Amino acid sequence: MQVRLSHPSRTVEVKGPKKAKDLLRELNLVVEAHLVIKGDDLVTEDEMLYEGDQIEIRPVISGGSPRFTSHVPPFTSPQ
Amino acid sequence: MTCTKCKTKAVIGLPRHNAAFCKGCFNGFIHDQVARAIKSEWMFGKEAKILVAVSGGKDSLALWDILLKLGYKADALYVNLGIGTYSEESHAKVTQFAETVAAPHGATLHIHTVEQEAGAGIKELAQLIHRPTCSTCGTIKRYQFNRVAIEQQYDVMATGHNLDDEAARLLGNVLHWQEEYLEKQGPSLPASVAGFSKKVKPLFRLAERELAAYAVLNRIDYIVEECPMAKGSKMIQYKEVLNRLETESPGTKQTFYWGFLEKQSRKQPTATTMSEKDRAVLHPCTSCSQPTTAEVCSYCKMMARAKTVAPH
Repeated sequence: MQVRLSHPSRTVEVKGPKKAKDLLRELNLVVEAHLVIKGDDLVTEDEMLYEGDQIEIRPVISGGSPRFTSHVPPFTSPQ
Repeated sequence: MTCTKCKTKAVIGLPRHNAAFCKGCFNGFIHDQVARAIKSEWMFGKEAKILVAVSGGKDSLALWDILLKLGYKADALYVNLGIGTYSEESHAKVTQFAETVAAPHGATLHIHTVEQEAGAGIKELAQLIHRPTCSTCGTIKRYQFNRVAIEQQYDVMATGHNLDDEAARLLGNVLHWQEEYLEKQGPSLPASVAGFSKKVKPLFRLAERELAAYAVLNRIDYIVEECPMAKGSKMIQYKEVLNRLETESPGTKQTFYWGFLEKQSRKQPTATTMSEKDRAVLHPCTSCSQPTTAEVCSYCKMMARAKTVAPH
C-alpha cells in the first residue's frame, strides 16, 4: 500500500495487510504524535489496512517560540 | 474499536480518557471540553466580543470553528509574516476558512502584513536586527494581537494553545528553572493594566492530536506543513519527549500541566498578584503607548532598528 508522509513530504510503499498501529511502529512513529487517514477517513490504531489502500500518516506536532502568550517578553527589554 | 458512548464504529481512540469516539460523539467531547475550560477559568461570557489569533494551523482554525459553533461572537486576526510560500499558503487557508465557515456566522477576519509595515519579511527582519526568528515572530505577533484587541475594543483575545503546548512550555520553564514565567502559564491572563488585553487559551484541556483529528473530521483545511523557521525548535523537542512518555503512560501530559495549575491555584490568588506586579512595573511606551517596563517597548525598538539598518 502507498503511505504518504510529511516533514518532508514523501510517499513510501509498505506491504499489507497490517493494523494501523503496526504500520506506525514499522515506520518508527509515535502514535500520540500522528493520525492515520485511510482515503478521506480517520481510522483508529486497530484498523486493518490492506494492499491498495491510500494511506496518509499526518504528524500533529507544531511549535515555535516557547513563550508566545506571556505578557512579559514583548514589552520589556532584555537585560 | 467502538464508540464508548453510542457503540458505533470509532474513528479515534483517546487512551488518556480510556475512551474511543465516533465522529459525532468526538465533536461533542471537543465542544464540552472547550465549554468546560471557558467556564472553569472564567474566560468570557456569552456576550463577549472575542478576537481569535489565527495562523492557518489546525489549533487556531479549530478554535475559531468551535467558538462559532458554541455560539460566541468571535472575529480573528491573521498576521502574515512574509515567510515565502509558507505564508502564502497559510494566508490562503485562513482566508478560505473565513469566507466559507466564519462569514456565514457573521464573523470578520482582520489581517496584518509584516512586510507592509517593516518593509521586510520576518526572516530578513530577524537578520537585520540580529535576533532569532522565532523570538522576533513572537514579539510581532504578541504586539499586533494586543494592538488590534485594544484598538478594536475586543473584550478578550483567544489563542489556540493546547495541552501539548502548555505541557511543553512548562517542561522548558522547569528544566531551566524560569520561575518568573511560571505564574504567567495559566490559561487565563487578566488585562492587568490599561493597554493590555485579557488573554485566554480555551484549548488547554485538549491534546494536539485531538485537535488535528477535529480538523480532519470536520474538513477544516489547515496548513499541515511545519513552519520552516520552527524546525528543530526546543518546543518541538520537548513535545516529542512528552509524546513518548504519553504513549507509554497515557495521561502524563494532563497530569503534568493540570497538576501544575491545581498547585498554582492553591498557592495564591494569582490574578490579583499578577495585576499588582504588572501595575508596579509597567507604564505606557513613549512611542506607541502599549505597556512596557522600559521607556520604549521592544516592538518599537525593533522597528526603529530595522528602519536604521535596512538597505535603502
